[in-house]
Amino acid sequence: MRFQLTEEQRALRDGTRKLLDGRFGRDRLRAAVDEPALDRALWRELGAAGFFALRLPEEAGGVGLGLPEAVLVFEEAGRALLPGPLVACELLAGVVDGVAAGERTAGLCEGSAEEVLWEHPADCDELILVEGGGRDARDAPGRAEGVYRSAPDRVAWTPFASVDPLTPLARVTDFPRGAPLGGPDPSRLRREAALLTAAQQVGSAVRTVEAAVGHARERTQFGVPIGSFQAVKHLCAQMLVRAEMARSAVYAAAVTEGALDVTGAKLLADEAAVRNARDCLQVHGGMGFTWEAEVHLHLKRAWLRAARWGVAAEAEEALAADLID
Amino acid sequence: MDLAYTEEERAFRARLRDWLASVLPTLPARPDPRDWPARRAYDTAWQRMLYDAGYADVHWDAAPTIRLIFLEETERAGAPYVGANFVGLLHAGPTIAVEGTPAQRQRWLPPVLRGDEVWCQGFSEPDAGSDLASLRTRAVRDGDDYVVTGAKIWTSHAEVADWCELLVRTDPDAPRHRGLTWLALPMDAPGVTVRPLRTLAGTAEFAEVFLDEVRVPAGNRVGAENDGWRVTMVTLSFERGTAFVGEVVACRRVLGALARAARANGRWDDAVLRRRLGRLNADFAALWRLIQWNVSEAAAAAAGRGASTAPGGSGGVPGAGGSVFKLRYSHARQELYDAAAEVLGAGALDAGHEWVADRLSSLSYTIAAGTSQIQQNIVAERILGLPKGR
Ligand SMILES: Cc1cc2nc3c(=O)[nH]c(=O)nc-3n(C[C@H](O)[C@H](O)[C@H](O)COP(=O)(O)OP(=O)(O)OC[C@H]3O[C@@H](n4cnc5c(N)ncnc54)[C@H](O)[C@@H]3O)c2cc1C
Repeated sequence: MRFQLTEEQRALRDGTRKLLDGRFGRDRLRAAVDEPALDRALWRELGAAGFFALRLPEEAGGVGLGLPEAVLVFEEAGRALLPGPLVACELLAGVVDGVAAGERTAGLCEGSAEEVLWEHPADCDELILVEGGGRDARDAPGRAEGVYRSAPDRVAWTPFASVDPLTPLARVTDFPRGAPLGGPDPSRLRREAALLTAAQQVGSAVRTVEAAVGHARERTQFGVPIGSFQAVKHLCAQMLVRAEMARSAVYAAAVTEGALDVTGAKLLADEAAVRNARDCLQVHGGMGFTWEAEVHLHLKRAWLRAARWGVAAEAEEALAADLID
Repeated sequence: MDLAYTEEERAFRARLRDWLASVLPTLPARPDPRDWPARRAYDTAWQRMLYDAGYADVHWDAAPTIRLIFLEETERAGAPYVGANFVGLLHAGPTIAVEGTPAQRQRWLPPVLRGDEVWCQGFSEPDAGSDLASLRTRAVRDGDDYVVTGAKIWTSHAEVADWCELLVRTDPDAPRHRGLTWLALPMDAPGVTVRPLRTLAGTAEFAEVFLDEVRVPAGNRVGAENDGWRVTMVTLSFERGTAFVGEVVACRRVLGALARAARANGRWDDAVLRRRLGRLNADFAALWRLIQWNVSEAAAAAAGRGASTAPGGSGGVPGAGGSVFKLRYSHARQELYDAAAEVLGAGALDAGHEWVADRLSSLSYTIAAGTSQIQQNIVAERILGLPKGR
C-alpha cells in the first residue's frame, strides 16, 4: 500500500498549479467577476494543455491518466476558483465532439435533483441530462434512467441571479430529450461528477486555510500578529483538520471508485470548503466581508458545489443505510 | 497513489486470520474492569500468545502496513485490545527502540514483547499537565544513581506496572525544557508509593505516584542527561500519532452495532439520529484513510532513511500530523458514544452497559495525551507556522 502521491502525480499537481497561476491568476479572477461570460480563449488553452482529455486513452488523443490524476487537477482548479462547466467537460470529453480539445463546451444537468440546475447556460454548446443512477429515493421507478442530449436552444430555462458571481445559473423548466448518449452510464457519471466536485472543494478548503494563516501572520492588533492569539490559532487548526480529513477521503475514493467512498468524501469535502471559507472570512475581519477579498468567492462557490451531485442529507442517509446493509 | 496490498501483506493477513480463528475460542472470559490485577494477567497472557505465535512485535515493525492489517484483523475478530500493555507496547517501547542503547533495548524490549513486564507513564504532575515542561520532580546525581523526589499524577496502570517512563528535572538552573531527563523507573524500588485515584467511570484507571528519594541507576537514563524533552517529544509523537489507530477500527464496529440496535428498537425511524450515524460513518471512514495516508508517509520516510525492521531499529517516528488525527478522532469518539446514548434511550443511564462505560471513558480522550486545546496549538504553530503567543 503506497497511499502517497507518486513523483508523476506530484509533477502533475505542480504543473497544473503553475499553469493556472499563469492563466488564471488573481487579476484574471477579478476580471472574471466583472465579466462572467466564459473565456473561450482560456478554455481552448486548457484544452490544448490536455486539461479535459486527461482520462482519454492516448490512442484517442488523450493523456491516458486515471481518476486520481483528474482529482489532483480538479483540486488545483478548486484552489484557483477556475470557473466554467469543468466537471461536465472532463466527463464528456471524448463523448461529445470538440469538448476534449476545449473547442466546444458541454453542460451536465442532474435530472433527479429537486430543481434541475444548469451552470453557464449561455455558454454551453451542448446540454446533457443525467437521469437516475443514484441511491436517491427520488429516482422513482418508472422514470427514464439514462443520459440524454439536447440542443441548448430547445431547452426551456429561466435564469436567476446566481449566488456565485462566477457561475451563472438557470433553472431548467423543460428538457426535450434528444438521442441517448452513448458512453458512461448514469451512476458512473454521477459518481465521478460528485468526486470531481469534491476535489474542487478540497482545493478551495486548502486555499482558504492558507489565506487565513497568511493573513493571521501579517495582520497585527494589540501590537502582535493576530495569529498569536489562540482564538485565531484554533480556528486555523480546525480548518486544517477539516481539509486533511476531506483530502484523504477524496484521494481514497479516487482510488477505490466506490460509491459510498465517494459519497462520504463529498460530504466531508463540502463541509470543509464551506466551513473553512466561513472561518477564513472570520479571520479576515471586516476585510473578509468585502467584495474585494476573495473569501466570499470561495464561500459562494463552495455553497454551489455543495448543492450539486449529492447534498448532505442524501449523503448522510446513504451512509446510514450502509451501516445496516 | 494506491491502496492495494502486496502478495506478502495479503499472505500475512490470511495467516493472522487463521491463527485468530484458532486461538480466540480458547481465551478465558474477560475480567471485571475494576479488577486491575486480573486485567493485567489477562492482557499480558494475550501478549504472550502473540509472542509465541510471532506477532508480538507487530507494533514496532518498520512495515507499518503490516501493523494496520494486524489492527484490522484483530479487531474484526474481536481479539483483546492491548490494555495494560498500552504504554510499553505503544510508546515507551517504541521510544526505547529509537532512543535507547543496544543494551537498553536488549534489557527492556523483549519483556514487553513477551508480556512479562508492564509499563506506565510518569510525565504529568499536579502542577504540570499541559505545561509539562514546568514539572518539578527532581533527580540528583549521586554516584551511579539518580536520587528522585517528587510526585506524579494521572499515571495510568501505575498499580500494576513494573516500569515507569519517568520525566524528571536534572538541572533546575537550565531553561525549563533544557533541564529534563527521561528515566526508566522500577516501580518496586524503595520510596515509590502508588495511590490509586478513582475516575469518573468509577474505576481506578490511574493513580498518584509519590517518589521519596528513590534511587534509579544512571544506566536507566534513555538519551543524554538534560536531553529528556527531546526524548519525550518522541514518546508523545508515538502516543498521539499511532497509539489510537486500532481504536478507529473498533469505533467503526461499534457504529455498525449502534445502527443495528437502533433498527431493532425503532429509533432508526428518527431521521436526525439516522443522519448523525451516517455522518459518523463518513468521519470514521475518513479517519481510517487519514491513518493510511500518515502510515504511507511514515513508511516512505523510513525507507528514505533506510531504517531497519527490527524492534531495536529506528522505525518511523510519526510527525505533527498525529495531532491532526488525534484532534478529530478524540471528538468523533465522543460523538459516537453520545449517539449511542440516543440509541439506548433510558438504557443510557445504566452504567453497567458497555456503551455507557465507554461513553464515560471517551470523555478522557480530549484531555489525555495532550488536550485538544494543546493539539490545536501544536497544529497551528508547528504545521501552520503561526507565531507562538498566549
Ligand atoms: C484518563 C487519563 C489518563 C492519563 N494518563 C496519564 C499517564 O499515564 N501518564 C501521564 O503522565 N499523564 C496522564 N494523563 C494526564 C494528561 O496528560 C493530562 O491530564 C493532560 O495533559 C492535561 O493536563 P492537566 O490535567 O494538568 O490539565 P491542565 O493543563 O490544567 O488543563 C486544564 C484546561 O486548561 C486548558 N489549557 C491548559 N493550558 C492551555 C494552553 N496553553 N492553551 C489553551 N488551553 C490550555 C486545557 O486544554 C484544559 O482544558 C492522563 C489523563 C487522563 C484524563
